[in-house]
Amino acid sequence: MDEFSLYVLDITMNSVRAGATEITITLREEGEWLYFSVSDNGCGMTEAQLAKLGNPFFTTRKTRNVGFGIPFLKMLAEMTGGEVTITSVHESVSEKHGTTTSAKFGRNHIDFIPLGDMPDTVKTLIHGSPDIDFTFTHQTERGTVELSTAALREILGEGISLAEPEILMWIEGNLREQYQSL
Amino acid sequence: MKSLEELMAIKAKMQDKVAIRTGSNQTRIVVGMATCGIAAGARPVLNAFVEAVTDAGLTDSVSVTQTGCIGICQYEPVVEIYEEGKEKTTYVKMTAEKAKEIVEKHIKGGKVVTEYTIGATKV
Repeated sequence: MDEFSLYVLDITMNSVRAGATEITITLREEGEWLYFSVSDNGCGMTEAQLAKLGNPFFTTRKTRNVGFGIPFLKMLAEMTGGEVTITSVHESVSEKHGTTTSAKFGRNHIDFIPLGDMPDTVKTLIHGSPDIDFTFTHQTERGTVELSTAALREILGEGISLAEPEILMWIEGNLREQYQSL
Repeated sequence: MKSLEELMAIKAKMQDKVAIRTGSNQTRIVVGMATCGIAAGARPVLNAFVEAVTDAGLTDSVSVTQTGCIGICQYEPVVEIYEEGKEKTTYVKMTAEKAKEIVEKHIKGGKVVTEYTIGATKV
């Protein structure tokens, strides 16, 4: 994957597939680092699953027996002097279940990749899961870009899906303008 | 600025539309969006389908949705088209350009673009 926003999309899809209803995506640029985290209230993972995560030949899916999402993220983080940390509470353990994937990247490192099209990633996530409460925050040294789908849903009221093309276009446009005004 | 006023205006417009809309979508365009799809370029393909279907004014009869890994990662981006009363069509190695062409020829014109289907493609 040649742009970071695709990693954001891919890792957040894990939360979607874990049945999360609330997903918080945070990017924070600070000094030489880019901090990234996705936090969800999905089904979580057992300790046995968590232990196997960095192994591409572990996956819970049934259509194929490899999973490259986390290994890719880990590789990019480690190549740029950073790291990936994953904490998870399985639904069988506590009512407060969910997973947080955090990663740190050396954003000036020669092996880091362009951030890419973040509005497109957010739009794609909302298109796929219009009922999930996504909170997206991207903190840069020049200002912050943010979007909360729960707030949008409150304005739109019931009966209008965020996946409607006009709404998706508004979301994308809004994020693009926020990025431009940084 | 894409302001909240603008969003309210969209809301007002949508409420009228939702009231008129009766039938469900008959045609489904499904794009594989797992790691394999995303890495192979599924995001621009998905967005090209959403745009082309919207531009063609077909959003009432055609839906564009996402799915996980279909199991044929070497053919990604993979797109499946489900139409009522017809066999499923599987398009492989998709691009945004091919997506526009498929909306034009297959969705609007009713003719499968055979050269992009899995049957016509060698890995």
